[in-house]
Amino acid sequence: MALDSDRRRIALRALAIGVSVAPFGLSFGAVAISGGFSVLQICVLSLVLFSGASQFALVSIAGGGGGLASAVSTALLLGLRNGLYGARVNALLRPRRWRRLLTAQVTIDESTAMAVSENDAELSRWAFWVTAASVYVFWNIATLAGALVGRGLGSPATIGLDAAGPAAFAALLRPRLTHPRQLAVALTAAALAIATSSFLPIGLPVIVGGLVALAVLLVRR
Amino acid sequence: MTALWIAVAVASAGCAALKFSGYLVPSAVLQRPDLQHVLEALPVALLSALIAVSTFGSGHQLRLDSRAAGLVAAILLVVLRAPFVVVVAVACAVAAAAHALAGA
Repeated sequence: MALDSDRRRIALRALAIGVSVAPFGLSFGAVAISGGFSVLQICVLSLVLFSGASQFALVSIAGGGGGLASAVSTALLLGLRNGLYGARVNALLRPRRWRRLLTAQVTIDESTAMAVSENDAELSRWAFWVTAASVYVFWNIATLAGALVGRGLGSPATIGLDAAGPAAFAALLRPRLTHPRQLAVALTAAALAIATSSFLPIGLPVIVGGLVALAVLLVRR
Repeated sequence: MTALWIAVAVASAGCAALKFSGYLVPSAVLQRPDLQHVLEALPVALLSALIAVSTFGSGHQLRLDSRAAGLVAAILLVVLRAPFVVVVAVACAVAAAAHALAGA
């Protein structure tokens, strides 16, 4: 049946996506350990927060000596986009009652992208759930492995682990630079964060940079 | 409860709540073009600011060190659309090499 082969095609892609998030999870676990988080805290983040960019931002800012309020705020601001994804997935899958909570918990970049890329409602649902399951399993195992391995590693600078955060953020940023306007936002935000870092509390410059996003409202007018 | 645990708990609960909010807020609200544009630009601005601060920041000071070498390698690979594992592994290796060279 055509539907079966579609399901298999989607499941294989979901598996590949899961495998591809594993190195991200590994580096997150290792960076989080070097930032002073415990293995249990790291696992709670991956199990409950379950959003790579927010998790990485939290441990990067907290580990860099930033205030925890700034670290948490940045994680939440990065998590806002998942609300937007939720609205899209809700329109497609229409989950009811307790399924809503479960669906929301695994509404992330990968599961949303896979769900919206299918035209058939049944396949959309399948794509969402196999991707969510694949990413959830690989992400959590990789995170734990990274945390355990990270405990045995030397100082972050010696092994280059202090470049893992910037590299990971760059990899997350690249697919979002779809328009020259986004590049302008990125460069302005970076410049503003650097310019304010000498006098603002550590961590706050990232949020100040994030506020550049509001400038798109002015440009569009 | 330590401060770090509170941060973990608040960020986790908050991000879970944000995910769920998309299922509760009427979709007409979230489909407003202004809001969509800001929500799309927000991760771009935050990630870019994070790159800048985590590469050049050192407390309240700016520092040009081995992390910058790692970032240059990462940007090159990202532009070439290398897979994530290559980007991070090479960036770390380059930063480690730069650190060793600077220390020698």
